[in-house]
Amino acid sequence: MTVLEQRGAYRPSPPPAWQPRMDPAPLLPDAEPYRVLGTEAAAKADPDLLRRLYAQLVRGRRYNTQATALTKQGRLAVYPSSTGQEACEVAAALALDARDWLFPSYRDTLAVVARGVDPVEALTLLRGDWHSGYDPHTHRVAPLSTPLATQLPHAVGLAHAARLKGDDVVALALVGDGGTSEGDFHEALNFAAVWQAPVVFLVQNNGFAISVPLAKQTAAPSLAHKAVGYGMPGRLVDGNDAAAVHEVLSDAVRHARAGGGPTLVEAVTYRIDAHTNADDATRYRGDAEVEAWRAHDPIELLEAELTTRGLIDEAGIEAARQDAEAMAASLREAMNRDPELNPMDLFDHVFAETTAQLREQRALLRAELEAEQEQHGTQEGGAR
Amino acid sequence: MTTVAVKPATMAQALTRAMRDAMAADPSVHVMGEDVGTLGGVFRVTDGLAKEFGEDRCTDTPLAEAGILGAAVGMAMYGLRPVVEMQFDAFAYPAFEQLISHVSRMRNRTRGKMPLPITVRVPYGGGIGGVEHHSDSSEAYYMATPGLHVVTPATVADAYGLLRQAIASDDPVVFLEPKRLYWSKDSWDAEHPTEVEPIGHAVARRPGSSATLITYGPSLPVCLEAAEAAQAEGWDLEVVDLRSLVPFDDETVCAAVRRTGRAVVVHESTGFGGPGGEIAARITERCFHHLEAPVLRVAGFDIPYPPPMLERHHLPGVDRILDAVARLQWEAEG
Repeated sequence: MTVLEQRGAYRPSPPPAWQPRMDPAPLLPDAEPYRVLGTEAAAKADPDLLRRLYAQLVRGRRYNTQATALTKQGRLAVYPSSTGQEACEVAAALALDARDWLFPSYRDTLAVVARGVDPVEALTLLRGDWHSGYDPHTHRVAPLSTPLATQLPHAVGLAHAARLKGDDVVALALVGDGGTSEGDFHEALNFAAVWQAPVVFLVQNNGFAISVPLAKQTAAPSLAHKAVGYGMPGRLVDGNDAAAVHEVLSDAVRHARAGGGPTLVEAVTYRIDAHTNADDATRYRGDAEVEAWRAHDPIELLEAELTTRGLIDEAGIEAARQDAEAMAASLREAMNRDPELNPMDLFDHVFAETTAQLREQRALLRAELEAEQEQHGTQEGGAR
Repeated sequence: MTTVAVKPATMAQALTRAMRDAMAADPSVHVMGEDVGTLGGVFRVTDGLAKEFGEDRCTDTPLAEAGILGAAVGMAMYGLRPVVEMQFDAFAYPAFEQLISHVSRMRNRTRGKMPLPITVRVPYGGGIGGVEHHSDSSEAYYMATPGLHVVTPATVADAYGLLRQAIASDDPVVFLEPKRLYWSKDSWDAEHPTEVEPIGHAVARRPGSSATLITYGPSLPVCLEAAEAAQAEGWDLEVVDLRSLVPFDDETVCAAVRRTGRAVVVHESTGFGGPGGEIAARITERCFHHLEAPVLRVAGFDIPYPPPMLERHHLPGVDRILDAVARLQWEAEG
């Protein structure tokens, strides 16, 4: 008998550890962005919800124009406008319960305000008098995150912690199309799926990361498709259709709360304004494109639905506008007052207990301020 | 009455005990990282924690350091007290953005409303024959970031006490574990561990009158050995163990330098831009008139960490420390 004969026949087989894990088909997003307004699905929408969304959209648009004006007047250091994206901002806030948490990025001041945060406190970062202006615990809103996608793992961790504690809290994290290229986006979605954390990721695909269009950002069939690779459902929705975004997010929140795990939602929308007041959008996009999106305006879409179905009248529309004007007037008035600044605050929150080094530096600044004040006083005295 | 013999314990065992006691005392303490659960960590420092407290309290995470620390931020936001293990010094770098852009400043930007009591354990330093990316001394990066405490034990008792303090701290602590001391033994009462004083206090490990060696973590045993050897040369060297790089104990360090008038800072980290420059500057600013010689530094060379077969030439050793002591302008005295 030869050695080969002794060994017997070698039978090829599949890799022993391999087994199918999940059918990816149910995770796939629809081929087209989901829409409600102007479709048959609209009939099922709650009229009160539609009216609430409408009022918030009108307020949101006015907030954007007012904040943009305040940058021109030097009252804000910078304002990344979400004009055109109000449906995403408002629906995100309204899809959550009070016990839930919102994790915004720097363009999401509207969502923060729609969640109940004081409109002035929400602008502290962008006015520049502190790096964040509101107590995150009051309305369960994390501070605005400027580094892209880095707030997503925070949302996962918070949702995971809540579940460990037995609380049925959901976290909703906002990110842009550009942010989906960051490593933290990948890590957050992976952690969320592995832990089955009750978290919802909303990607506002507004077409541009400052100047870079989506085509240079990703080769994926859609951003929603990215969900499949992590083992979570991806949903594609018309980001200018407030009713559709609200429905898709509410479904995802309900799913997460029931223990179903995370969902990735891509809302297709458009940034009508430049990246910020410091950006020039004419360098990277044409008017025709912007005009096409203006014709798909989130407020007009919802207003048309409401008026066609007789759910709102002229007086209702006027009331929404007046409410928005009142908000803008009060924002203007508040922002036109100089913020109270106390330079000594700079040392107060670095550590729970300050250090000897910070005490020394604090004393140095205090001495400088006193010297400044004394000099100022002497000059004033001299003038008299 | 029976007396309990104090058995020798390793630093790794003391660290494990610290986490175990912290987890038993406070249900909000959660340990997480790569391989910390079933395996007990690549250095076995989390050995037994998953078994005792369950996988929800000692969690094997996906292999992604930014994700680990980022998730810990969210957990801390919700009232947990995460203890994160970064597997090796150089593998902590992916978590840098989370550490610098969020962990270090969340308390500050929320005016104290959202403190992040996170302990980031990082095995660091060389001398274990590790291949590339397993031997970095990354402390200077952390020291340069306001809002982080940076702590490193050099003894078995401190490993326990400082880690308990780090976990109990309401601020983020980067807890640097000198991996070549993991298996160092001390007679330490593992049955009745005592806690040390709060973070931020240096301690003199050896009294001396000729000059002060200032060091921390992995270089402490080397400095103590150098101090013994220096006796033959007629030098009586004091050795100060910093224990905490941030906050920095100027008081203890300066008191020591004022006593001896001469100081050498010893660490594995590179000299240029390393902690020694900051320490030497602080001593010079505060104790200039007490100094008999410039403050010298004995540090790793300003090179990428060497391959294991060459690392002994890089690490500060007894001879290099004694050479520095010899250069402390003794002739000027006579």
